[in-house]
Amino acid sequence: MTEVLKPKVLVVGAGPGGYVAAIRAGQLGLDTVIVEGGALGGACLNRGCIPSKAMIHAASDYAAMMDKVGEGALGIRLRVAPELDFGQTVAWKDSIVHKLNIGVAALLKKARVRTVCGWAQFSDAKTCTVETSKGVVTIQAENVILATGSRPVELPFLPFGGDVISSTEALSLEAVPKKLVVVGAGYIGLELGIAFRKLGAEVTVVEAQSSILPLYDGELTAPVARWLAKHGVTVHLSAKAKGLGAKGGLDVLTAAGEEINLPADKILVTVGRRPVTDSFGLAAMAVDMSGPFIAVDDQMKTSMRGVYAIGDVTGEPMLAHRASAQGEMAAEIIAGHHRRFDPVAIPAVCFTEPEIVTIGLSPAEAEARGYRTLVGQFPFAANGRALSMEGGEGFIRVVAASHDHRMLGVQAVGRGVSELSGQFVAAMEMGAVLEDMAGMIFAHPTLSEAFHESGLKALGKAIHI
Amino acid sequence: MGRYVFKLPDVGEGTAEAEIVAWHVKIGDLVAEDQPLVDIMTDKATVEITSPTSGVVAALHGAPGDMAPVGGALVELETQAEALVGEAAPAPPKPEAKPEPTPAPSPGPRPDPVRMHSRTPPPQDFAAELAKLRTPGERPLASPAVRQRARDLGIDLRRVSGSGPAGRVAHGDLDAYQTRALTPDASPVSVASPTAPREGVEEIRIIGMRRKIAEKMQAAKRHIPHITYVEEIDATELEALRQHLNATKRADQPKLTLLPFFVRALVRAVPHHPQINARYDDEAGVLSQYEGLHVGIATQGPSGLMVPVVRHAETLSLHECADEIARLTTAAREGTATRDELSGSTLTLTSLGTLGGIVHTPVINWPEVAIVGPNKIVERPVVRDGQVVVRKMMNISSSFDHRIVDGWDAASFIQKIKGMLEHPAALFVD
Repeated sequence: MTEVLKPKVLVVGAGPGGYVAAIRAGQLGLDTVIVEGGALGGACLNRGCIPSKAMIHAASDYAAMMDKVGEGALGIRLRVAPELDFGQTVAWKDSIVHKLNIGVAALLKKARVRTVCGWAQFSDAKTCTVETSKGVVTIQAENVILATGSRPVELPFLPFGGDVISSTEALSLEAVPKKLVVVGAGYIGLELGIAFRKLGAEVTVVEAQSSILPLYDGELTAPVARWLAKHGVTVHLSAKAKGLGAKGGLDVLTAAGEEINLPADKILVTVGRRPVTDSFGLAAMAVDMSGPFIAVDDQMKTSMRGVYAIGDVTGEPMLAHRASAQGEMAAEIIAGHHRRFDPVAIPAVCFTEPEIVTIGLSPAEAEARGYRTLVGQFPFAANGRALSMEGGEGFIRVVAASHDHRMLGVQAVGRGVSELSGQFVAAMEMGAVLEDMAGMIFAHPTLSEAFHESGLKALGKAIHI
Repeated sequence: MGRYVFKLPDVGEGTAEAEIVAWHVKIGDLVAEDQPLVDIMTDKATVEITSPTSGVVAALHGAPGDMAPVGGALVELETQAEALVGEAAPAPPKPEAKPEPTPAPSPGPRPDPVRMHSRTPPPQDFAAELAKLRTPGERPLASPAVRQRARDLGIDLRRVSGSGPAGRVAHGDLDAYQTRALTPDASPVSVASPTAPREGVEEIRIIGMRRKIAEKMQAAKRHIPHITYVEEIDATELEALRQHLNATKRADQPKLTLLPFFVRALVRAVPHHPQINARYDDEAGVLSQYEGLHVGIATQGPSGLMVPVVRHAETLSLHECADEIARLTTAAREGTATRDELSGSTLTLTSLGTLGGIVHTPVINWPEVAIVGPNKIVERPVVRDGQVVVRKMMNISSSFDHRIVDGWDAASFIQKIKGMLEHPAALFVD
């Protein structure tokens, strides 16, 4: 039996873009259906942001305890090394994911959103069928929000399977691999590589470009590079992965032109993500594309009237919080509100060791746009709170326009700086100038004092350096 | 350097707003006078709006798909004119538009002369100067709440001067901007331009003759269920006859138009269709069928349509009829026609002569029950005996009161006329 639904809004994909769009649409009283073939929460909640942060947290805890073994640290000594039951770690991580899955389902229900479990297949821009366990559901919607997200890029010469894994499998391994080779030193590869190093794996990183985290400037990535070096992670830069070795491991062409074989129990390939556009009948929807992405305007409208697209499927930056903001907005636009996607800046966080936060323009980017800049950088080495939590490495850097002192960007690297991102965003979005930062009182002793001081530094009047 | 605010002109009768279909310019473009700016669509048509002056586009209000209010600011141009040009075509002042910060629909932004003059020295190249003034890609500083409020109000923040550091726009700045935009101060100087929107409205009381026509037409349309019938006539032979008669006429005879022939055809046709030569008093429920034919001749006078009447057309020869038509229509045009001459018709002929067009749907001269109107004669290729030949063709458009005349009768009546006009000898054979 075929059930036919005719909602006002159909959301395709229940990731952080889709489920937020659906909740907002439901809250606004729009008859809303969301279709998801996998678990609610999408890649972010099930195979990305959340589970990786859980693993990173557990790994850091374990590493902190391992530091206390033997000589000890901070005056703490462990006579016996702590034991790692990795199965339990993964189970704990899964329990968090599960809790959040249930939470999303409850929120959707509370917003009176109908969830249809299965993969949508479109026959035209407004009509799709979904094969559910209870039969085929046909959905004819007035408005469609495409939130199909992205998936890991596969290397043709290193296809996923067996010991070649993507970030998804890396988060559900049965045991910590003895030797882990990470192909791609972007944020996903380094976050997971560092976590596995902390969990005891021997980690080697292969990166085709000449630096780790190639999207960031050298000053920002230097503390991460130092951590990797200090903890015995070998990094092959300007090196090319060639494929699996004849006797296992990964064949690599090094920067020196040498062919070497890196022994590996697992090879983690993290060379980027690409939009999911091939599996739900997108061609039948006749929307314009922009390269591999669905082309949208600043109201997330595609070229097809009544069809919206949000999140990773619409392009960079592929970030959950961007998708959520777009989803919320798309729902409100369908409800008739005046909304445009016009953020001043979207923050990006790397949960490496130490963490990196960026928002807005770097000094080089600002200059490339014709700005004359004032840059203020304040090191955590001069921040009491940072030192008191073994986080003296790193800095906060503020970039402002020299003509009117408006903030153009903030970059930070250091232990725990991810939680500072909120104040950076607030300052940018509220249109802060350096004098605003200088005029605020930040709590002592906190890391955020470094933000205050970096503003002062840009104005040439820092106190603590 | 001046600011010219181009407002959306009235693009169609009764149109309060129009949809922006596509912009032909973008901010920073140098536009010439008469260059297309934007396509606007009303429920009636898509109109290309051209620039009334040359200048650099400083602001565009609305995106494709947005509805733009008529009279609302559409495009702002930086012009080279020395004095502040202000607004070329002010909208009629709206009494309800008081300077209260009520969120009126998209109040038209105003130029900010203070800012313009205090920040910019007299420019050499005003396009370059403008580019400097607004760094490309540099957005006005404003908090998300201010940005959203500006969007809701339809205000382009780039046009709002901010009081905060680095020109940051606060809620108060929006309030001030809005108040200024709604205050009809800074009396705009009208600029003579052939393409300036014409926004004047002249109110004319419909009185006298015009009111009479209006009332009569309204009565006709309200009372009479019209049916319209159109037929094609080959007027080649009729025209040949008419031209022959005109070429051979006596000096005291008038030149013949087609109308006397039509009257003649009606004279001969109405005895077979007595209900068509009639007046219907629908309140009394009485149809008065006339034996004599009193033909109303629809005539365009100086103050509108008049219908002088050729009485007892059945008594008139072709040339007498032509004389009578000429006399009556002249009298009507000159305003000397008597009341008697302007009333009492039983069937009306309406002809626009060379303006006759292809088809019209004539309105019956109430309380008559039929009206007949020839359209224009044109040479057209037609098929005769398997050959394409050029013939002088014309249409006859006619309307009938369906309460009295059924379609069958109407068609039969017109076919009878057609037969006679196509074989004009029949007009004169008993």
